Amino acid sequence: MAPEEIANILKDKFGNKITGSNFETAHPHVLVEAKSWLEVARFLKEDPGLTFNLLRSISAVDMLEDDELIAVYDLCACRPGDRETDMCAFDEFCVKVKVPRNNPHIPSVANIWSAADWHEREAYDLMGIVFDEHPDSVMGVEGRHPRRILCPDDWDGYPLRKDYRFPMEYHGIPAVTEYEQTRPVH
Amino acid sequence: MSWIENRFEEGLIITSLDWAINWGRRSSIWPMTFGLACCAIEMMAFGASRFDIDRFGAGAFRASPRQADLMIVAGTVTFKMASRVKRLYNQMPEPKYVMAMGACTVGGGPYFKQGYHVVKGVDLIVPVDIYVPGCPPRPETLMEGLMRLQDKIKNQTLARDRWLSAKDEALETATTV
Repeated sequence: MAPEEIANILKDKFGNKITGSNFETAHPHVLVEAKSWLEVARFLKEDPGLTFNLLRSISAVDMLEDDELIAVYDLCACRPGDRETDMCAFDEFCVKVKVPRNNPHIPSVANIWSAADWHEREAYDLMGIVFDEHPDSVMGVEGRHPRRILCPDDWDGYPLRKDYRFPMEYHGIPAVTEYEQTRPVH
Repeated sequence: MSWIENRFEEGLIITSLDWAINWGRRSSIWPMTFGLACCAIEMMAFGASRFDIDRFGAGAFRASPRQADLMIVAGTVTFKMASRVKRLYNQMPEPKYVMAMGACTVGGGPYFKQGYHVVKGVDLIVPVDIYVPGCPPRPETLMEGLMRLQDKIKNQTLARDRWLSAKDEALETATTV
């Protein structure tokens, strides 16, 4: 199934909850608004015509100029195909969810695709996108958020954000050299 | 051996004892099984049959810090790992030696400038005896490092350190006066 067809099915079902689409790029995708992403995701997984049963990856993009963060969900559907040719039917699709940079909240899809569990933790850890209702959440200063996965639990900030400031020290270990401490450039 | 160290002046008995003890120590350096990143692969090659550190008596990789003499810090030390490295070092019995293997542990390496998560040299956490640069160092380089460590052990002595004892005496006189 072509991405356009899948996008049309989604537009018929959800209307203006699908906020945009782009099929001219190398990575054809649709944009879904953050607060209705959970029901769209459930539809993508459970609709008998789509059956996107595999979440390949979640990427996070920091668009500093547009002041927003984008979560990119790469989905694929593997269903049992033709018995004669022994070919598996295979569909790919991509969904992007844009959120404002100062309040990035997206509902967690870890209960729909269990692969999302660690991916969402990583996206939170490095980019600071908060996935609400994540099964592995902890209480933070600004409310519940997924547990960090790579950085230590007491790490400050989100390292892959474009305006991230390097730590000067961590638990007494200097993180920058003497030269940089006198002439900070980060 | 702290009950005997720093008690005697250098003499025939002490230097002979030194010779025997240092021979034993340098001929059976047991490293700890402890790899952090890609350098560990070279360390494994170093331990395997082609390069074979058993020839230097250092082939017994111990899985516990309590049985090890040498910690080869092989790989990038992150801030998350730093406390564990320190704890493992503290758990090793004396005499203990640390070899910083690879550019990352020597001084941050490729992460020196842009690595927010990397300790800029393991000598910020534990005292290092031998630095082995390279990214990663070849097993021959590590072998050279091991031999330099053996040279270092060869020059150890039980006798009282003249420089340190002179300093102690100076301190004592300073405090008494």
